[in-house]
Amino acid sequence: MATDIIIHDKKDNVGVVVIEKITPKQDCKCWIMEDDSSTDIQSINEIPLGHKIAMVDLKEGDTILKYGHDIGKVVKSIKKGEHVHVHNVKTKKW
Amino acid sequence: MEIPKSFLGYKRENNRAGTRNHVIILPVDDISNACAESVANNIKGTIALPHSYGRLQFGADLELHFRTMIGTGSNPNVAAVIVVGIEPKWTKRIVDGIAKTGKPVEGFHIERTGDIGTVMKASKKAQEFAMWASEKQREECPMSDLWISVKCGESDTTSGLASNPTVGNLMDKLEPLGVHLCFGETSELTGAEKVCATRGATKEASDKFMKTWSAYNDFILKEATDDLSESQPTAGNIAGGLTTIEEKAFGNFQKIGNCKFIDVLEPAEEPKKGKGLYFMDTSSAAAECVTLQAAAGFNIHLFPTGQGNIVGNPIEPVVKLTANPLTVKSMGEHIDCDVSKILSREMNLSEAGDKLIETTLRVANGRLTCAEALGHKEFVMTKLYRSA
Repeated sequence: MATDIIIHDKKDNVGVVVIEKITPKQDCKCWIMEDDSSTDIQSINEIPLGHKIAMVDLKEGDTILKYGHDIGKVVKSIKKGEHVHVHNVKTKKW
Repeated sequence: MEIPKSFLGYKRENNRAGTRNHVIILPVDDISNACAESVANNIKGTIALPHSYGRLQFGADLELHFRTMIGTGSNPNVAAVIVVGIEPKWTKRIVDGIAKTGKPVEGFHIERTGDIGTVMKASKKAQEFAMWASEKQREECPMSDLWISVKCGESDTTSGLASNPTVGNLMDKLEPLGVHLCFGETSELTGAEKVCATRGATKEASDKFMKTWSAYNDFILKEATDDLSESQPTAGNIAGGLTTIEEKAFGNFQKIGNCKFIDVLEPAEEPKKGKGLYFMDTSSAAAECVTLQAAAGFNIHLFPTGQGNIVGNPIEPVVKLTANPLTVKSMGEHIDCDVSKILSREMNLSEAGDKLIETTLRVANGRLTCAEALGHKEFVMTKLYRSA
């Protein structure tokens, strides 16, 4: 039942930290809302509540999927378990 | 949970119902604020709504000014209105617009009298209105008398995960009871606009939405000088983990649940197609958006927040909810409904929706919101362009 990370949709390549923070090399329990399934991931860096973690390796130009939809592009390669935010992802809109 | 069939509201002359019983002193323009505030200071149980505009506006911008003024006075949460303007013509136009509801309204203009004489005349009438309104009693009103507007602010990823879907769950449960619902924030649907358009109940509604969103987006792109990611998402959004406008938009959009919108409204336009969900073309700034929705006649507002937006409105009670446990802990005095247990999975979405319905009805029945208790009365007019 204890969940560290929530993922909206099975297609998503990022999850959201829902505890105060996760620490480097923490083994995290993830819950996928769409089909009520579970998965695990080990973190690389510290990630605070509400921030995102990469569920797979991502390279520059890749699309970030959340809610099963395109929410932006990778501008700096990201390793599985790494913090995903404004330093490595940008909007495709503005 | 069995959803109650009624709430206790104030029945108005035009068959609408209010969740509040305000007597307002409405300045037509910026220079009449001092007079309006003096009247409200003289007469207990009245409230002045000062604002920054109302002079030399023209075209669509002036029409929006009148629509907002008349709509605010006409809102069923308002029992009676004193209108104060510098000159008689625009003052009368607003008085006549509000008078169509059948509620008591009287206008005063300052030119040829001055502030002091106007304050005296307006105060006498305001006293009469306030004492008359004080005898109004709450009566049982059907749920369909609730007009609920929604807008989120200082959002973070917990908004999209939990507090916005909680509002969506409430919409799914209350829409069949015949309530009016309204969402807006045109610019904050950017990235999710195509998905949002598919939620139009008719092709006409979907097309109207895309036209409205495109016009707003074109305006933003025209005025943008730099990287818009400085303002959208905001610094607060970014601190809370939101990275792009698209991510914010998909989170925002969770507020409408599975409902379909039946029409697209101009800013502050009163819905005319009956019960159901409406989209209103609004700015995404909290106080501007709520002011426009209140002017369209909505009588209770639901406001999910992540990092802790504290906005209120002088006439439409603003119910705050959050799923962010840090926000609950650090600024709990602003939160009416805590749904943070969704994140720890100790509460499911349907339970959260029920909790929000319960809170909404308590507020509709008269319980003060946190924002009301803390004195938040943000009344912010939307201005479309410079004055002449």
